Amino acid sequence: MAGSNGLSIHDRPNSYIGRSVPRPNLSRLLKGRGSYADDVKLPRMLHVAFLRSSLAHAEIIKIETDKASAASGVVAVFTGKELAEVCSPWVGVVTHLEGMRSPPQDVLAVDRVRWQGEPVVAVVAQARALAEDAIELIEVKYKELPLAVNMKTALDADAEVIHKDYENNLCWERNVNVGDVKSAFAEADVVIEEEFQFGRHTGVTLESRSIVADYDPGEEMLTLYQSTQAPHMMQALFAKHLQLEEHKIRIICRDVGGAFGLKAHAYGDEFATVAISKILGRPVKFVADRMESFLADIHARDHVVKGKIGVSKAGKILAIEIDDLTGIGPYSVYPRSSGMEVNQICNLTGGPYKFENYKARGRVVFLNKPPMCQYRAVGHPIAITVTEGLVEMAASAIDMESMEMRKLNMVADDDYPNKTVSGIPVENLSHQASTDKLMEMVNYDEIRDEQKKLRQEGIFRGVGFAALIEVTNPGPAFYGVGGAPISAQDGCSVKLDAKGNLIVGTSITEQGQGAESVISQVVATAVGITPDKIKVISGDTENTPYGGGTWASRGTGIGGEAAAKAGKVIRDSILDVAGILLQNEPSTLDIQNNQVVNKSDGAERMSVAEIGRVVYYRGDTLPKDFQAEMMAVQHYFPKSYPFAFTNSVHCSHLEVDVNTGFIKLLKHWAVEDCGTVINPQNVDDQVRGGVVQGIGGALYEECIYNDQGQLLNGNLADYLVPMSAELPDIVVGHVESKTFESDLGAKGAGEAGTAGAPGAIMNALNDALMPFDVRLTRQPFTPQKVLEAIGKI
Amino acid sequence: MSKLVQVTTSVNGENVSRGVEPRTNLVDFVRYDLELTGSHVGCEHGVCGACTIRLNGNIVRGCLVLAVQADGGTVETIEGLSESGKISDLQDSFLSRNAGQCGSCTPGMLLTADALLEENKKPTRTEIREYISGNYCRCTGYEAIVDAIETTSKKRQGEG
Repeated sequence: MAGSNGLSIHDRPNSYIGRSVPRPNLSRLLKGRGSYADDVKLPRMLHVAFLRSSLAHAEIIKIETDKASAASGVVAVFTGKELAEVCSPWVGVVTHLEGMRSPPQDVLAVDRVRWQGEPVVAVVAQARALAEDAIELIEVKYKELPLAVNMKTALDADAEVIHKDYENNLCWERNVNVGDVKSAFAEADVVIEEEFQFGRHTGVTLESRSIVADYDPGEEMLTLYQSTQAPHMMQALFAKHLQLEEHKIRIICRDVGGAFGLKAHAYGDEFATVAISKILGRPVKFVADRMESFLADIHARDHVVKGKIGVSKAGKILAIEIDDLTGIGPYSVYPRSSGMEVNQICNLTGGPYKFENYKARGRVVFLNKPPMCQYRAVGHPIAITVTEGLVEMAASAIDMESMEMRKLNMVADDDYPNKTVSGIPVENLSHQASTDKLMEMVNYDEIRDEQKKLRQEGIFRGVGFAALIEVTNPGPAFYGVGGAPISAQDGCSVKLDAKGNLIVGTSITEQGQGAESVISQVVATAVGITPDKIKVISGDTENTPYGGGTWASRGTGIGGEAAAKAGKVIRDSILDVAGILLQNEPSTLDIQNNQVVNKSDGAERMSVAEIGRVVYYRGDTLPKDFQAEMMAVQHYFPKSYPFAFTNSVHCSHLEVDVNTGFIKLLKHWAVEDCGTVINPQNVDDQVRGGVVQGIGGALYEECIYNDQGQLLNGNLADYLVPMSAELPDIVVGHVESKTFESDLGAKGAGEAGTAGAPGAIMNALNDALMPFDVRLTRQPFTPQKVLEAIGKI
Repeated sequence: MSKLVQVTTSVNGENVSRGVEPRTNLVDFVRYDLELTGSHVGCEHGVCGACTIRLNGNIVRGCLVLAVQADGGTVETIEGLSESGKISDLQDSFLSRNAGQCGSCTPGMLLTADALLEENKKPTRTEIREYISGNYCRCTGYEAIVDAIETTSKKRQGEG
C-alpha cells in the first residue's frame, strides 16, 4: 500500500527504518532520571497497604479493625464491604469466548476469601511502614472451607465447588474438530501420545505494580500515575466502576519498569487505591512489595496437555489431537479474561504444518489460587512445546531427522495466503526460508559429531528445535468483539513547532521495548526530519490520541503505521507551504534532513524551521485563502486479517550433568520473521529477552503450592528467575516477510522468543538424555526431575 | 513510630543530616527522604540488586543496609555518579548497545558494572556474567549488558 504520491515509506530518502539508532528515552534511565509511579510524590499524599488473606478458601466471620484505626499515622481503614459501596464489582468474561462464566469480583474480599493473598482490608496511613504496622493489629476471624487447588481433580463430582451458584468449577471449555482425527489415527503408521505439563509461574516485573491516585473533588477529576500497558483501557475501567466521567480521568505512565502482560489487567488493590482517593479526596499511593506481588500479580501458564500425533512412515503428519486443562484462579481476570491462553493453544497447535485432521479440547477451571491471565506469548509456549515435542517423538519413531520431518510438513513459503488447521487466516510466512537460515547459523553436523564423541566420555549434550507461528498485531477480533473496552486501533499526532521540530504523541506505550524509538524513527523517515528534532510523548491519556497501548506484540505494527500515516500528512502540509513560498508545485519538492529540497536534484531550497517561522509568526505573508495546518492525527488498525502472524524457528544446544541434574545452556539460536525490522538492535534484544523469559519457564520459574493452596516459594530467593551467569549468548537472525496490510509492513517481535525457547529446550534435553531412554515433559525441568528421570534419585 | 535518630552523611558529595527511624533502610532513605529516586527497589530482601548503592566506596544492597549505618559515611548513588561523569563511558556503551530496556535494573547494574571494572580491568565475558549475576534484569536477557561492559573495558584498555 503506497502513499498518495505513489511512494511507499520504504522509498523515502535518508530512511531511519532498518537502522539501530539509540533509543532517545534510554539516556535519562541510564542517569537515574526515570519517572516511575513510585517516584511520584504529591502534597498530602497517603499510602495504602493491604491485609491479605492468609488462607486460600474461607468464610470471613468477623473483621476487627479498631486497633488499626487508632494506630499511629493511620488515616482510614476500609473493608471490602465499605469499598464495594464506591467501586462496583466486575465480571471477567469476554462474550466471544462462548459459554465462559465468572462471578462478580469485588475489589476486596467481602464475605469469602478465595485465594491466599486476596486483599481483605485496606489501611491508609501517612507512610507505607505505618500502614503495615497497623495491619498487624487487625484481627480477621475466618472459617476455613474445603479447597479446590488441583486442576486435575477440580472437575470431579466430589470436588469443592468454589462458587455456590455454579454446579462445578468449570469456567470455560472450547472444542475444535477439523477433519476426521479418528480415521486419520487409524490410518497412521505411527501414533504417539504424551502428556505435557507447564508449571504455574508469574511475571516478576522488576518494578512491581504501582499506582498513585489523585482525586480532586473540586474538579471531579482523577489523575492517576500508573504502571500500566493500556492507559485508555484503564481509563474506561476506572470510569465504569467508580462512576466517573471518562474524560475526567487522566492516566499518566511515563516510565513502566517492565510489564510482560502483567500490567494489562484490573487488580483489586489498584482499584481500591483509586476508590480510597475518591473517598478521601487526597492522593493515595500503592506500590506492591515483592512478597505480595507473588500472591497478587497474575500468574501464568499452569497447563496439563495430553497430546497425540499420527504420522505416516514417510513422515507426513496425518492428525494432531490435544486435550488441554488449565487451572486459573477463583475468577476469570477482568477485562481480558482467563480464557485467552486456552483459546490460543486451540488455535495455534500444529501452526507451522499442513495437515487436515485436528481435534482440540481446552478446559479452564477455577481454583483457590491467584488469578491466572495473559503473560508474554500467551498460550504459545504450550501449543509450541506440545506440537514440537510430538513432532520430535514421531520423527524419532520413524527414524527420521526431526528437521527433515518439519520441512516435509511445513506450509511452503509460496503457499500463502493460507489458513491454520484451526481455520485462522494467515497472510504470509517464511518457515522454509527461516529454517534454511537457522540451519546455516547452527553448525548442526559438528554438534552431532561432538555429541557422539562426548557421550563416550560421559558428557551428555543435546540439540533441539522448535518452529512456531506467533499472533501479533491483533485487530478488534481479539477483545473488542467480546465487549472489552480495549482499543485495537492506535493513533499518532504530529505537530510542527515554530523551530522545525516535531512533537509526536502516540497511543502505544513504552515499557522498555523501544516504542518511542520506533515511533521516532518512523516519523523521521516519513517526514524527512532527523530524530534529534523529534520528541515523542507516550503514556498520557490527555496528551496522546486514543489507542490500545503496548501488548500482544502490537505497538510497532499498529502504532508504527499510524505514525507513518501522520508523518506523511504533515510532510504534505509542510510542502504545501513550501510550494507557496518557493513558487513551486509541492509535488516537485521533498524534505530531507530538515530541509525542503527539490525532488529532482536534491538541492536545498529552505529549512523546515523557516516554514515553522512563517506559518506561526508571519501568516500574513501567505495567501488570504490559505490556512496552514501544522498538526496531523492519523489512526490505524489492520482490517483484512484478524492478526498478523509471524513465524520463528529456534535451536537450543545444552549439556546435562547426569550427576547433579543441572542443565547448562550452551547456545541458543532464533530466526525471527517479524516483517519490516525498524530497529534491528531493538528487535534482536526483544528476541533475546523473550528467549530468556522462555528459559525461565522451561528451567527455573515455578510458583510451588501445597495442598492447602499456600505458596511455598513466594520470594525472589526461593523463586528462581534467570540470572546472567547461567545464560548462553543468543544468536538472532531475520527473514523479513512484510505484511501488505500496512505500508510499513511491520509485524510484532515481542513474544516469539518466549514462545519458542521452551520447546527447543525440551527437545534438546531429551536429545541429550537419549542414551538413558527417558523423556522429560514437565516444565520446569529442574535438576530433581532430571535425576528422577534417569533413576539417580 | 519510634524515636528518630540523627544521621549525618555525605551523599554524592553533599553533606546531609536527617532524623530517620532506626528501621529505615538506606534505599528508602535515599529515595523517599532525599528524593534521589534513581536507586530502585526491586525485592527488599537483598536478591535482585536494583537498589545497589555505594556506601563508603563499596557497593551494597540498599535494602539490606540501614540508613543509620551510613552515619558518618559516604553514599554515592546513580545521580552522583552520573553528575560526576565517572561512569559516562559505561553509560555511553549501555546507550549505544541498548543495554537497558525498562530501566528498573539499570542504575544498580551500572553501579555493579562500575565496581567490577574497578576490581578487574579486563574481565572475560564469563567473569562479567558472574559478577553481575546478583543484579536481575527481566527485559534484556543480559547479553546486551555483558556486551556493553565488555566494550567499556576494551575502550578503557585502549582496544575499543
